[in-house]
Amino acid sequence: MSAPTISTGPVLETRGLTKEFRGFTAVDDVNLSVQEGHIHALIGPNGAGKTTVFNLLTKFLPPTRGEIMYRGKPITSLKSNQIARLGLVRSFQISAVFAHMTALENVRVALQRQLGTSFHFWKSEKSLDHLNERALALLEEVGLREYADTLTVEMPYGRKRALEVATTLALDPVMMLLDEPTQGMGAEDVDRIVALIKRVSAGRTVLMVEHNLSVVSRLCDQITVLARGAVLAEGDYQSVSNNPLVREAYMGSDAAEERASA
Amino acid sequence: MTDSHVLKAPSVVAKRQRRANLRRNAFYLALIALGLVAPFIAYPVFLMKILCFALFACAFNLLLGYAGLLSFGHAAFLATGGYTTGYLLASYPGLTPELGIIAGTLVATLLGVLFGVLSIRRQGIYFAMVTLALAQLMFFVFIQSPFTGGEDGLHGVPRGELFGFISLRSNMAMYYFVFTIFLFGYALIQRTVHSPFGQVLKAIRENEPRAISLGYNVDAYKLVAFVISAALAGLAGSTKTVVFQLASLTDAHWHMSGEVILMTLLGGVGTLLGPIMGAGLVVSLQHILSQSPLGNWVSVMLGLIFVVCVLSFRSGIVGELGAIYRKNFK
Repeated sequence: MSAPTISTGPVLETRGLTKEFRGFTAVDDVNLSVQEGHIHALIGPNGAGKTTVFNLLTKFLPPTRGEIMYRGKPITSLKSNQIARLGLVRSFQISAVFAHMTALENVRVALQRQLGTSFHFWKSEKSLDHLNERALALLEEVGLREYADTLTVEMPYGRKRALEVATTLALDPVMMLLDEPTQGMGAEDVDRIVALIKRVSAGRTVLMVEHNLSVVSRLCDQITVLARGAVLAEGDYQSVSNNPLVREAYMGSDAAEERASA
Repeated sequence: MTDSHVLKAPSVVAKRQRRANLRRNAFYLALIALGLVAPFIAYPVFLMKILCFALFACAFNLLLGYAGLLSFGHAAFLATGGYTTGYLLASYPGLTPELGIIAGTLVATLLGVLFGVLSIRRQGIYFAMVTLALAQLMFFVFIQSPFTGGEDGLHGVPRGELFGFISLRSNMAMYYFVFTIFLFGYALIQRTVHSPFGQVLKAIRENEPRAISLGYNVDAYKLVAFVISAALAGLAGSTKTVVFQLASLTDAHWHMSGEVILMTLLGGVGTLLGPIMGAGLVVSLQHILSQSPLGNWVSVMLGLIFVVCVLSFRSGIVGELGAIYRKNFK
C-alpha cells in the first residue's frame, strides 16, 4: 500500500464499511479515503462489491456496519436524496436518463431543483424556460447541443451517457460517483467519454467504478482494488499494477496483464 | 447525427411548437363548444354521469399515467366525497350545493393524505394491495356508520340553489354547473402535468433511482400527486351525489376502483383525453347493455371488450389514435 499523493484532505471517507446480505459479506470492513480533486478508481474482479460500495456511499443500500464521512462529518444516517443535495451525485451502471423527455428536459429537471418551485403544480412549465439557456450550455459542454429537442429514447447509447454527465453537471456537484461510465461502449465512444470526464473533473472529485484498465490508467490519480468485498490494494496505477496480490486476484492471466499495460 | 430531425434550427422548432399549440387550443375550444351544446342533443343526466366519471378517471389517470402509481382503492375517495356532501346537504338545508361539494372534496383530500402517507412507500403490486385494503376498510366503515344509511344509502339529497340563488332543480342548470366543475378539474390536471411539479413527476416515472440521485425526495412528490388525485376523485363523487341526489355503497365498492382502471386503460393511460373517452364509453355501454336483452351480462360484456382492447391496442383508444395522428400528420 502506498500513501495517497498530497492534497487538501479527504472529501469522502469510510470507516469499517460493511454490508452483509443474509450472512454473505458483500462489502467487508472497507476503509476508503477519496482525496479532494482526485479521480479515484474502484476496480476489482466481478462480484468484488464495487457497485455495492457505491450503493452504500449513496445510501441506496443501508450499511450493516461502519461509517461514512463527508468532509469529516458523518453522513451515514442521511437518505439518498439528502446525500445528493450535499453535492455527491452518482450515476448508474445502466444509463440513467429520462427516456421520454427531451435531452433539454433531462438537464432542466436537474437544474430546476435549485429554483425551489418543484412542488408548484399550479405553475406553468413555461416558468422553467429561463433555465433553457443554461441547459443548452451544459449540453454544448458535452457535445449534445444538436440533440436538445430529441427524445432521449431516440439517442444512441454513447450520447445517453454523455447526457447523463450533463445532467449530473447541472447540479454542480462537489463529487461525481460514476458507475462504469464506459461500460458497453465502442472504442470511439470510450475515448469521447474519457476526454469528457477529464474535462469536467476539473475542480471536482470523481470516484468511479471501471473495468476498462486503459481508461483507469489514463484518468485516475488513485486506485483502490477490491476483492471479495475487501480492500486488496491501494495506490497509483503503477504501484497497483505491479502488486503481486492484485495480479493474482484481478489480472490473473498473462493476457489480462498485457491488456492492462497496453 | 443519426436522426435527420435533430439538426433543426431553434426558430423552426419554435414555429412548430407554436403551430402545435394553436392546433391544440383550437381542438380544446371545439371540445368545450361540444360540451356546451351537448345537453340539447343528449339527455343531460346521462351526460352529467359521464362527466362525473370522466373527472374521476382523469384524477385516477394523473396517478397511474403521470406518477406510475396503480391505486386499487380510488373508490374510497369517490365515496367519501359523495357521502360527506350528501350527508351535509341532507342534514343542513341552508347549506348551498357548492359549499357541500367543497366540504366533500376537503374530506376526501384529508383521507387522501392519510392513505398516501400509509401507502406511498410501497412499490407496484404492494402499493395496489395497500390501497385496496384501506379502501375495503372504508367500505366497512360506510356500511356500519349510521350517517351513510348503510345498505340503503343516502336518498333525497337536495340539489338546492347554487350560491343561494340559482336553482339546480332543472337538469340544464345542473348540467352547466357540472360542466364547469369538470372543466376546472380537467384544467387543474392539465396544469399539474405541465408544471415544474409535473416535470419532476415525469422524471420519477421515467427513472426513479435517477430522480433520487438528483436530490429529489420522490416519496414527497408521489404523495402530493396522490393527494391531488384523491381530492379530484372526491370532487367527482361529491358532484355525482348532487346530480343524482343520492350516495350509495356502489361508489365505495372495490368494483368501482376496478371500473376506473378499466375506463382509464380503455381510453388510454397517460393521455389527457383518454380517461374522458374511456369513461364515456364505459358509461354508455352500461347504459345501452342494461336496456338490451343482455342486461344481466353487462359485466361479462365489459370484461370481453376490455380483454379485446388490451390485446389489440395496448395504449388505449386515444393512445392509438394519437400514434396514427403522429405517424400521418406530422
